Amino acid sequence: MDLPSFPRGLLAMVLAGGLSLSGLASAAETIKIGVAGPMTGGNAAFGEQFWNGASQAAAAINAAGGINGKQIELVKGDDACEPKQAVAVANRLLDQDKVAAVIGHFCSSSTIPASEVYADAGVLVITPGSTNPKVTERGLPTVFRMCGRDDQQGPMAADFIVKKLKAKKIAVVHDKDTYGQGIADAMRARLKELKADKKEVLYEGLTRGEKDFNPLVTKIKGTGADEVYFGGLYNEAGPLLRQMRDQGVKATFVSGDGSLDPAIVAAAGGPKFIEGSYMTSVREARNIPAAKKVVAKFKAAGIDPAGYTLYAYASLQSIADAMKATKSTDGKKLADWLKSHTVTTVLGPKNWDAKGDLKESGFSIYVWDANGNYKEIAL
Amino acid sequence: MDWHILAQQLVNGLTLGSIYGLIAIGYTMVYGIIGMINFAHGDVYMLSAYVTAISLATLFSFGLDSLPFALLVTLVMTMVITAAYGWTIERIAYRPLRGSTRLAPLISAIGVSLVLQNGVQLSQGARTQGVPSLIPTTLRFGEGDDFVQITLVQVMIIVVSLSSMAALTWLIQRTSLGRQCRATQQDRRMAAILGINTDRIISSVFIIGAAMAAIAGVLVTLNYGSFDFYIGFVTGIKAFTAAVLGGIGSLPGAMLGGLILGLAEALFSGMVNTDYKDVFAFSLLVLVLIFRPTGLLGKPEVEKV
Repeated sequence: MDLPSFPRGLLAMVLAGGLSLSGLASAAETIKIGVAGPMTGGNAAFGEQFWNGASQAAAAINAAGGINGKQIELVKGDDACEPKQAVAVANRLLDQDKVAAVIGHFCSSSTIPASEVYADAGVLVITPGSTNPKVTERGLPTVFRMCGRDDQQGPMAADFIVKKLKAKKIAVVHDKDTYGQGIADAMRARLKELKADKKEVLYEGLTRGEKDFNPLVTKIKGTGADEVYFGGLYNEAGPLLRQMRDQGVKATFVSGDGSLDPAIVAAAGGPKFIEGSYMTSVREARNIPAAKKVVAKFKAAGIDPAGYTLYAYASLQSIADAMKATKSTDGKKLADWLKSHTVTTVLGPKNWDAKGDLKESGFSIYVWDANGNYKEIAL
Repeated sequence: MDWHILAQQLVNGLTLGSIYGLIAIGYTMVYGIIGMINFAHGDVYMLSAYVTAISLATLFSFGLDSLPFALLVTLVMTMVITAAYGWTIERIAYRPLRGSTRLAPLISAIGVSLVLQNGVQLSQGARTQGVPSLIPTTLRFGEGDDFVQITLVQVMIIVVSLSSMAALTWLIQRTSLGRQCRATQQDRRMAAILGINTDRIISSVFIIGAAMAAIAGVLVTLNYGSFDFYIGFVTGIKAFTAAVLGGIGSLPGAMLGGLILGLAEALFSGMVNTDYKDVFAFSLLVLVLIFRPTGLLGKPEVEKV
């Protein structure tokens, strides 16, 4: 044996040994679960909700002994609500982090391509917040959601606009994205059923990431609309609303769950612009009696479990329950178990149909007050 | 279409176009002097929005209640800090690569752009930040619901843009610094032989461009009230388009290109469809480039033999 090759060979052996040892050690101790969503970018508020919810759930489950004796380790995946990045993140979670299941993503346009990656690998994914119907309409057996669908949410807004607000002229604006245009179209489909489609005076798309919607606002003003429905996210809803009010458009603003977050106050530059706007979203989870204890824990940790926080919490509870019951991390087995059993979550009992949609789900309508807070309204 | 809607769209377009123009100046000046695109320029503009908000918040927390004074201090502070960034970008991303291939500084500028975006995101948070509306004054012309309105901030945007443009033109045409800039632009080596410190001139061009972006950043923050670490991207691309449309390398061209782009977007949105306003704006660019490859006011490159 010549001298130079000896140390190199030894080094390789030590390295290989060390690697396999550490690999074994971590596999034995933890179950990795991915949390994917917009952790950065304009929509980071929703990613933060996902992460907070999942983290608190993981802490609670780990304190109670983990899953089959293993602790949960959460892995963050940031898609910035970009479909391309979502696919890259999905691949990274699977190949590099070797996650056993995924909670995510948020934007439907990210969830749809990413869930195909998970489904190909047979990994269970539950989205706490993607409401576009297509998410569960593609026959992917391991894809679930913890929320309702836009073909419920959009029509609910339409009913509200026509029956409660008694709209005369409706302007529909969307952000040309899967979620935004999807929910706007679902709303319009219901308008047609209500024979109110003649009241629609405008249907146009704006560009995500822009700040100046003044030309569109002037156009809305020209139509004399008394209601504006926006399908999109708070990052665009905020400036749109501000520019509407700045130009003296008094139309009532109605939007969906993508706009319902306190971050819209900053995006508009003050609560006075948002006051009196209505938004549909998933039911207010903080008021559910079953969630009381958990909400108190969140508050003690200095987190307000708003929006989708508790939905992410419930998603992790469901994954953990399925893993405990099946003693497996195989996506197919977990999915079969979830579709045939009822899971007790922080949101109450949940069960899923064959597509992966919740059998019972609902939406509420919220209204914003002058201080930048929103509350559920009774219908 | 009613006259007041049309007039309102003209106001919208002029405001938007002035901002594009101000940012386009940075692209066009850097291109004029070193023949390269500064891809970090959009993010310099983004930075200035943050500096504006931080400066305003600091001033108000010190109990300053005179708004014009606060705005003036903010404007100066933002220009100085943003200009420092412009200077640093040149030192870090351009100067060390001046002798290498043309692509190298392009890539390093994209690197700076990523560093700025992610740096701001890490230090300031990923969330959208907001500034309350400070100047609510609005001028309205017309009666009842048929009015054209222009906010004081919009007036400021248009006036400040045009006067900055005028000041800059004077600087380039009439001062010694401007003369050195033009000499460096014509032939850098010859200018250096004649005793012009070309490194210093190139630095000052980056500084001027960044200061113009800072003015745009202050005005935009006052106008739209919200910003995030990603705003530099979309606005940067539009401003770059404006610079190319007007003829990259030409100072009045940048402003003209910005105004045309802003007006085209606003009028197309208003009269046809908002969905396709960018398609229209970029088609316009393609058309102009087909018939005038150097842009509207650009001078055709003279082959030096």
